[in-house]
Amino acid sequence: MDKLILVLIIVLLVISVAQIAKMYQITGDLSKKREEDVSPTANKINANLLLLFMIGLFVAMIWQMIAFKDVLLPVAASEHGVLTDRLFNINWLILIPAFFIVNFLLFFFAWKYRYDKNRKALYLAHNNTLEMVWTIIPSIVLVFIIIYGLLTWNNIMDDPADDALYVELYSKQFDWTARYAGNDDVMGEANFSLISTQNPLGLITEETVKAKIDELNDEIAKLEKKLEEEIMPESKVKDTKDRIGMRTRQRARVINYLDSGINFSGALDDQVIRGEFHIPVGREVNFQIRSRDVIHSAYMPHFRAQMNAVPGMITQFKFVPTITTDSMRTVLGDEEFNYVLLCNKVCGSAHYNMQMDIIVDSPTDYQKWIDEQGTFAASIGIEIENSVADEEEVDDSEVEKDSKVAQTIK
Amino acid sequence: MSAVSEAHVAEHSHDHSHSHEESFVSKYVFSQDHKMISKQFLITAVFMGIIAMALSIFFRLQLAWPGESFGILNYFLGDRWAPDGILDRNMYLSLVTIHGTIMVFFVLTGGLSGTFSNLLIPLQIGARDMASGFLNMLSYWFFLVSSVIMVSSLFIETGAAGGGWTVYPPLSALPQAMPGSGLGMTLWLISMSLFIVSSLLGGLNYIVTILNLRTKGMKMTRLPLTIWAFFITAVLGVLSFPVLFAAALLLIMDRSMGTSFYLSDIYVAGEALDPVGGSPILYQHLFWFLGHPEVYIVLLPALGISSEVIATNSRKPIFGYRAMIGSILAIGFLSFIVWGHHMFVTGMNPFLGSVFVFTTLLIAIPSAVKAFNYITTLWKGNLKFTPGMLFSIGLVSTFVTGGLTGIILADSALDINVHDTYFVVAHFHVVMGLSAIFGMFAGIYHWFPKMFGRMMNMKLGYVHFWLTIVGGYGVFVPMHFVGMAGAPRRYYQYTDYPMFEGLLNLNVLITIFAIGAALAQAIFLWNFFWSIFKGQKSVQNPWKSNTLEWTILNAAVGYL
Ligand code: HEM
Ligand SMILES: [Cu+2]
Ligand SMILES: [Cu+2]
Repeated sequence: MDKLILVLIIVLLVISVAQIAKMYQITGDLSKKREEDVSPTANKINANLLLLFMIGLFVAMIWQMIAFKDVLLPVAASEHGVLTDRLFNINWLILIPAFFIVNFLLFFFAWKYRYDKNRKALYLAHNNTLEMVWTIIPSIVLVFIIIYGLLTWNNIMDDPADDALYVELYSKQFDWTARYAGNDDVMGEANFSLISTQNPLGLITEETVKAKIDELNDEIAKLEKKLEEEIMPESKVKDTKDRIGMRTRQRARVINYLDSGINFSGALDDQVIRGEFHIPVGREVNFQIRSRDVIHSAYMPHFRAQMNAVPGMITQFKFVPTITTDSMRTVLGDEEFNYVLLCNKVCGSAHYNMQMDIIVDSPTDYQKWIDEQGTFAASIGIEIENSVADEEEVDDSEVEKDSKVAQTIK
Repeated sequence: MSAVSEAHVAEHSHDHSHSHEESFVSKYVFSQDHKMISKQFLITAVFMGIIAMALSIFFRLQLAWPGESFGILNYFLGDRWAPDGILDRNMYLSLVTIHGTIMVFFVLTGGLSGTFSNLLIPLQIGARDMASGFLNMLSYWFFLVSSVIMVSSLFIETGAAGGGWTVYPPLSALPQAMPGSGLGMTLWLISMSLFIVSSLLGGLNYIVTILNLRTKGMKMTRLPLTIWAFFITAVLGVLSFPVLFAAALLLIMDRSMGTSFYLSDIYVAGEALDPVGGSPILYQHLFWFLGHPEVYIVLLPALGISSEVIATNSRKPIFGYRAMIGSILAIGFLSFIVWGHHMFVTGMNPFLGSVFVFTTLLIAIPSAVKAFNYITTLWKGNLKFTPGMLFSIGLVSTFVTGGLTGIILADSALDINVHDTYFVVAHFHVVMGLSAIFGMFAGIYHWFPKMFGRMMNMKLGYVHFWLTIVGGYGVFVPMHFVGMAGAPRRYYQYTDYPMFEGLLNLNVLITIFAIGAALAQAIFLWNFFWSIFKGQKSVQNPWKSNTLEWTILNAAVGYL
């Protein structure tokens, strides 16, 4: 029923628009007036409308700035975000007046100099002084904008601090996974050839490499058997052969890891997190961003942070969160509020719902949380020697020193 | 020079001897006459515009009333793409993609340059026709075929391309990644390749004609600004479209020949693929090397048109003719060294980012000069508000508004947080969807008499303008706020995020304005098609303009 009414309304609207148009046309024809003659009345009406439109535009603009204030992002929850917002505001302080002034001049002149048969247009082909003025003034303003902008940009893009917490954000259609380096403070290496159900991030450990080789051997054997035993159409044969080739090449890549001298233990104590991830307030977090399939973008608007996730490379973005989730909830008066990581590069059908909550904790809460997270080793059923690491953890300063060493090694 | 004028004469007499025995097919279909080709481009572009506009209304309905059922969606898209009248999320992406592609390339590139360069270049420089009528004809037919392919891609089983009008790989390279990356993407690439050929044939012709076929005394420094704008536009196109062609070719190879220019380390649909060592970012560099000049390919003709329309209807010469040429040249040059501003958050070297910030912000200077020159042309003029004039004033206003938000985006530190949000969508719609489209309307209202020998109805033109500018600003100003609230673009719905709850009202507002503005175009369409056949016969120079095209008798141009 609803649909029918809507279709009807639209059809009626189109018809009525066309009818009005026709009516206008006929009245025009009757009056025998020439189309190119802009009557003084028409000219005046349009001139007034231009002025009215300008006022309407300005009022609407100011109204929107006030009315839509609440829908905008809340205060920046990161150190650099405060700088970004300041830069944003200062730019607006320049650009909004420019918008008003230039549009005012445009519409006001249009209104003021509407046709008058008793007046002649001023012949004015150029004026060098004027033109210099409006080349130089914008240039000076732009130099200011450029310098201020680049200072902020360099600040944001600076190298990560020595004691930064490294967190990997791993993207795939259509969700995020976070990974923490674990007690050894080394983010284990990964490769897409190793991805499997147990190892969604493709982490490289002795066990995952061996498991993958076994899996590929099985698959190749199965395919070869199929090729031998089954009678298939030509295209299917080619398909199967292609598949065997692909798996064989993948196996070659994987086998290479066996004697590559790569650190197999790096990934063992890494913590792979799904659902929501935590970061400590006041400490720099350096996100290592990866993708397994198409380009995604790690967008954390509350922190004024964004970086693309590009298959085949690791990108990074760092910031210092300054407001815990709890404080932000109090500030906003919203007990449900959560920071969120969104995908901001179109990546397929569920792009619109590729999100992960971010919890900013106090350092102690964070420590408690991270300690509760299981290791990757545990998830694939391996025991690792944890006792040494556990002892180290007791002494906080030790850990910090150690992590610094680990960073410099990296 | 004398060789040229001889050829000129020969061509003329040749043309003349045939003019009486021209068949319908050679006059209206396979025409080599620049005026007919210009009309062909215009009418094709108008139809493409209607289609692209309808698509935008379809997805705006979903944004304002997510998940609600609309009979009209089911009617047009069928059960496959709008079961129970609810838009499918893959189709949503296809609609966005094809809407953008058609508007940018088919309406504002092919339509705008194809119509007005063809119509005005020979007439305003005093040449008999384009340098090569045959290439010109080919240019149109490539355009038409590519248009047909692009539109028909909407009707295939797996749906049209869905990765956005920029079709970034790997998404666009992997049929496993989304249905739209299958046959739909192949058709997109074929269509765009043909389009590029069309655009190159046209562009070369415009350049050669302007350089070689100017009439005696028509020095480069006396050319109307329209011609300067079309000239630089053609140069930009000829230099940048081949790069897009290369990008598309490499993408085609990655898709079907197993190469890995853009692909590396990919695990999709449950298996690890072969390619290693390619770079998805390479595509973006190639794409935006065209993509940024492209936005000026879209805008410059509109600016050229409005220069002429504003000067004529102010009864004054355009202020600062030489500065205007200088600005066009500066914009044209700079537009080749700013493409990286679309890629600030791809992980590019921050220093490189800084360079692009600098070059991009430089563009604001010639842009500002142009805006001020327009305004000064109005100053102490004697203004006649024809519909063309109103649209030109609207163009200046929206160009200023959109240019200012461009400055925000060019500031890389700010772009981090607004890149790929609705703020970008708002920015480029203000400069393309409003400014460039207004330029196109201004051109249509202004040169309609020269094209068809008849006048469009003035009052309807006024109604059309006022509804369009109110509707247009009504759509795109609120959109900036949606972007500043952090809402990403190309989202099927925002209901999965508490933080976007407050945006729903805004989205309803935007959609209502969009429907209003779309309906207002019905007035234009009526006026346009009715006037072609029934409009008042026009006099030779209705606007009392002093460019060359108005010195030609209407009868000599041979109308419909
Ligand atoms: C002062 C002049 C301008 C400046 C400084 C400027 C700057 C920018 C920047 C930095 C972006 C990238 C934003 C992002 O993706 O995060 C952008 C996007 C865009 N601009 Fe402009 N711009 C200007 C004028 C124009 C004009 C005149 C047009 C077209 C007629 C235009 C069309 C576009 C389009 C189409 C996009 C978005 C493409 C996409 O991502 O889909 N811009 N602009
Ligand atoms: Cu996504
Ligand atoms: Cu650009």
